[in-house]
Amino acid sequence: MTAHSHDREWLLGLYRKMVLLREFEERVKLLFLEGTMPGTIHQYQGQEACGVGVCAALQPGDVITSTHRPHGHALARGLTPDEVMAELFGKVTGCCKGKGGSMHMGDLSKGMVPAIAIVGGGLPVAAGMALAFKMNSEKRIAVSFMGDGATNEGIFHEALNMAAIWDLPVLYVVENNLYAASTPVAMTVKVPHIADRAAAYGMPGRTIDGNDVLAVYEATMEAAEGARNGKGPTLLELMTYRITGHSRRDPALYQPDEEKKQALAKEPIGRFGKKLIAEGHCRQSDLDAVRSEVKAEVQTSVERALAAPEPRPEDALEDMFV
Amino acid sequence: MSAKRIGIAEALREGIAEEMRRDPKVFCIGEDIGIPGGWGGAFTVTFGLEKEFASRMVNTPISEAGLFGVALGAALMGMRPIADVQYGDFLFCAMDQVGNQIAKMRYMSGGKLTVPLVMRAPVGVTGRGAQHAQMMEPFFLPLPGIKLLAPATAYDAKGLLKSAVRDGNPVLIFEHKLLYGSKGPRSESGTIDASSEIPEGDYTVPIGKGIVRREGTDVTIVATLLMMHRAMEAAALLEQEGISAEVIDPRSLVPFDWDLVKSSVAKTNRVVIVEESPKRGGLGAEVAATLAEEMLDFLVAPVKRVAAPVTPAPFSPPMEKFYVPDARRIVLEVRELMRIS
Repeated sequence: MTAHSHDREWLLGLYRKMVLLREFEERVKLLFLEGTMPGTIHQYQGQEACGVGVCAALQPGDVITSTHRPHGHALARGLTPDEVMAELFGKVTGCCKGKGGSMHMGDLSKGMVPAIAIVGGGLPVAAGMALAFKMNSEKRIAVSFMGDGATNEGIFHEALNMAAIWDLPVLYVVENNLYAASTPVAMTVKVPHIADRAAAYGMPGRTIDGNDVLAVYEATMEAAEGARNGKGPTLLELMTYRITGHSRRDPALYQPDEEKKQALAKEPIGRFGKKLIAEGHCRQSDLDAVRSEVKAEVQTSVERALAAPEPRPEDALEDMFV
Repeated sequence: MSAKRIGIAEALREGIAEEMRRDPKVFCIGEDIGIPGGWGGAFTVTFGLEKEFASRMVNTPISEAGLFGVALGAALMGMRPIADVQYGDFLFCAMDQVGNQIAKMRYMSGGKLTVPLVMRAPVGVTGRGAQHAQMMEPFFLPLPGIKLLAPATAYDAKGLLKSAVRDGNPVLIFEHKLLYGSKGPRSESGTIDASSEIPEGDYTVPIGKGIVRREGTDVTIVATLLMMHRAMEAAALLEQEGISAEVIDPRSLVPFDWDLVKSSVAKTNRVVIVEESPKRGGLGAEVAATLAEEMLDFLVAPVKRVAAPVTPAPFSPPMEKFYVPDARRIVLEVRELMRIS
């Protein structure tokens, strides 16, 4: 797919967003490894084209559900680096006032349900949001991100079936990074493509190059258009690769070296940058400038988060009931 | 205004219909609901509502986890779902959605989100063996984030249902199969009359407020659902022996009306908690522990629990009769308390 049909500013915006996701995660990894950041982390390096490509196709009223690996989704959906970074530090300025943390970050006013870190847990919730849109005759859609592992949960079957029988305006987006934690997908899925499973629900399923941000965008636009116009849900399988560990200090020794090497050659940011240059949208110096700006923005978010106040311990007792 | 006497199933149906008329965001979601010629749920509570609210009776596949997740999603978008399971036992199938998502979503969001979601679950040891007849309350008592109700009369069932729909938080209502008064092919043998005079027009029963069902001075008996009715039978028998029992029906398990129970215990100085669930870790344990922490000076006798044994519910009628506490067992326990103090 060429980038020619798109506006230069829009294309650079996509590039910038992917770089933001990458630089944010790289900085977070450092903060975590040096022991500055509390908790645990599941990171998004390598999968940027999925979150950015999908979210670029959404409208302001649309909503997403995310997973235990939500930092990239949050930034792609439009949460600011400041509020996401502060949440990772458990500060009151975080998007959930420090009650969510890495695995539950989100802000529904910006179109993201606090991330649901139980594998598959967000799938029926997205269907329910879509049911509300349908009952209220709204042209909004819900998007439920999941990993390949979630497609082996029973709730995958329940949620996709309900979405299909009711023609709900919801997209199920599988980021197939080939590993459920450390287990290769080939050990847990018999069909050649996870998208094949859509047939069981009478739902279209497509397998897309999830490291090609424009391919992801185009596929999402098409599926979203159908969902908005009463054609029901779609299962999108985005083929990608996690170029970091599953969580915390995981060195990902289960990923073969040759596979890693090939994956790095196909990683989405370098690839998209080369395309933009090759098609004459910008020069390498433009891309370098984007990266410098983003790095500064991330650094500012770290400084602000570190300077932000901690919650009072007894704030733990608040926010139970209306 | 005239009143009429109806059972719990019919009272809940009235309450649901009135709330659906009042607020177009209210809808029902569950299994075997809204089917013309169907049942109206397993126990007729939503029978016939499809005639007036066809598009707001969302009948689901047999997908308990899915339907509770769908209800949560709809609630996050401002709808007010009333989700039910056919049998409370099936809540285990839905437990990730109920326990991890519904209960925690508001808290995880830092209080930014509200989850106005009513859940209904039939409970009660009722001739079906282990998997369609257990009491589910003890599994939810330690779970922060969901209000728990247990109406024992038709008046309370309708009034609490309405309060639950308007509450704006996740509320789980336990309903007892022997108290529904369901009619027709879905009626239940061994039913206890829990009907009430229901006034014309709108009324609510506040969440978190218990009620003194019978006043007394010698002993406080705390009991909900079917056990409240058994406690009332026991209190009548005890009166013949000159023992004055006060029966308290908490009606809400979360939040719990501690003031009511404590003021009663301050008066009677003795307390028995009656539970249809296994003795270990239930409402009785919670009440006993709290009274031990806060009311020890008022007690002249040990806190006693009359409860089911720590086994699954058995099927065979003689074993089931042995399993479920009855008035006789409550009387024996109270007599013993009076003897030692």
